Amino acid sequence: MSIEKFQKLVSTVVPLPIENVDTDQIIPARFLKAVERKGFGDNLFRDWRYKKDGTPNPDFVLNNPRYSGQILVAGKNFGSGSSREHAAWAVYDAGFRVVVSSFFADIFKSNVLNNGLLPVQVPDAFLDEIFQIVETDPSAKFEVDLESQTITILKAGISVNFDINPYKKECLLNGYDDIDFLLSLKEEILAFEQA
Amino acid sequence: MILEPKTLFDKIWDGHVVKQVKDGPDVLYIDRHFIHEVTSPVAFLGLEKRGMKVFRPKNTIATPDHNVPTIDQHLPIKEELSRIQVQALKDNCAKNGIELYGLDHQYHGIVHIIGPELGITQPGMTIVCGDSHTSTHGAFGSIAFGIGTSEVEMVFASQCILQPKPKKMRISVEGKLQKDVTAKDIALYVISKISTSGGTGHFIEFAGSAIRNLTMEGRMTLCNMSIECGARGGMIAPDEETFNYIKGREFAPKGEDWNKKLAIWKQLKSDDNAVFDTEYKYDASDIEPMITYGTNPGMGIGVSGNIPTGENLTGSDRITFDKSLEYMGFKPGDKIKGKKVDYVFIGSCTNGRIEDFRLFANFVKGKKKAASVIAWIVPGSKKVEQQIREEGLVEIFEAAGFALRQPGCSACLAMNDDKIPAGKYSVSTSNRNFEGRQGPGARTMLASPLMAAAAAITGVVSDPREF
Repeated sequence: MSIEKFQKLVSTVVPLPIENVDTDQIIPARFLKAVERKGFGDNLFRDWRYKKDGTPNPDFVLNNPRYSGQILVAGKNFGSGSSREHAAWAVYDAGFRVVVSSFFADIFKSNVLNNGLLPVQVPDAFLDEIFQIVETDPSAKFEVDLESQTITILKAGISVNFDINPYKKECLLNGYDDIDFLLSLKEEILAFEQA
Repeated sequence: MILEPKTLFDKIWDGHVVKQVKDGPDVLYIDRHFIHEVTSPVAFLGLEKRGMKVFRPKNTIATPDHNVPTIDQHLPIKEELSRIQVQALKDNCAKNGIELYGLDHQYHGIVHIIGPELGITQPGMTIVCGDSHTSTHGAFGSIAFGIGTSEVEMVFASQCILQPKPKKMRISVEGKLQKDVTAKDIALYVISKISTSGGTGHFIEFAGSAIRNLTMEGRMTLCNMSIECGARGGMIAPDEETFNYIKGREFAPKGEDWNKKLAIWKQLKSDDNAVFDTEYKYDASDIEPMITYGTNPGMGIGVSGNIPTGENLTGSDRITFDKSLEYMGFKPGDKIKGKKVDYVFIGSCTNGRIEDFRLFANFVKGKKKAASVIAWIVPGSKKVEQQIREEGLVEIFEAAGFALRQPGCSACLAMNDDKIPAGKYSVSTSNRNFEGRQGPGARTMLASPLMAAAAAITGVVSDPREF
């Protein structure tokens, strides 16, 4: 089997300048009850995105017509808390392919990588720069290039590099699947069990 | 040749590496895989799509805990989606030959309570579960951590997981704890010091005399909360306390096997000169009963303290702080003591073990619950429930105006019927005070069972040392 490839993306961004966004905010526990992986995008940031009566909260960025795009940019320590992969599914299902922050929680980071979503960790100053630029110009475009591991603010021509585990990079560039890889190691796993 | 000194973590990790991927993660063999109803169905579905079955069903243990009601468990689950998830777990376990401790089983309970109490969790093991609080099992000197559903599928398929090796952190707490200060207070204190992201990228070993003096229940509470500072997990080297706890439990090694295992377990500790990437040291006597005032577990203070003013914060730090206090309905600089409490929850994988209920019972004995408080007393497992009954704690609870419920995750995460209403204040022995964690709009203050007991009796945030 294979996962969706990721190579390069040019897009506008959706800014969420809040820190410590935990997975209960990304998708509250009451929406984790599906037995299939679908439909989670509608409940992304559910309790911030909708008012108590279920109507959209106009103050929340996802409901703001000024902002759209496939890149979500969030404050530092994004994705802390629960290990629920539903959080990664919700972000992906809502149409995002890249999440940018100055810091990611560990489990969330591996969950997004396992779902064809690219986590891009940038310095705090660069993150602030993104927030400032898109506040004045929501149509500002960004380029994320996995091969060269760079994110570029196109209109300003400023780039920074980001880290990614070389194995995971290969997987994303080529759409390789972890389980196929593990299954290819069957003999070694059996030998380990015997030892 | 002199061998390089190793940490406990290194010894166990290195002993489970099947293969090192060049420039990539390690292929780590998993000894025990716990599963529950919420994070497993999509992994089972993935496996089915590949035409596969679970590779090592005998090393997989299942129980439904997140969704289940905590009253009338003999009746069908009313909420349809929860009922479907619990049924899916049952069907998937039957298809794959996995032992399931369902609602009607004597071993049923929260996954992180039953593993240790049945003797399934043992020193030196690698343990995973699709739940971040898997870190609980590290109290036994095992490497235990939470994983996502894709990783659950990896373990189903191969009994292995691809993981980069984390860095190592040691947190030492030396000295004697003050009266009425518990493992939960140590956890909240440490997180308030290093923040909810301070442990990210690390695996923690807790050490020092105050840690050694904790019971196994206390050690589990502390390791459980290690994820709340962002760490992959926490662990404590096993000792006599650990061995005595395990001995004689249902799935503990027996006879000659016990002696063999014990000899191995006794070797499980960090070498004297082992190097940790990060070290923190704290003095146990500095810790007082703790409580959180904000919307992440790092926003904790001693019960005698004031909510910070936040005056030195700028930029997004300031926005985040203000948003948090606004959600809680608190003002910067307010005293936390005396704040009104509407709900009290004692239970969860953090504080749902017998010792927690003993502490609670001991405090409320001969007192009366405040009329304004609704309290949920939820054992972590059937065995804990049974012990509560056998020890006569139920009579103490009832005399004080409390009722005992049935095991489950309950009000920790608002996935079942036990939800705190919007705007209400709860003192909770669980692990997360995120916005909406206990129900949309619910305002959570995390604390120990003793703090919860004091709040339940007085109806306000109170200092248990004053009773």
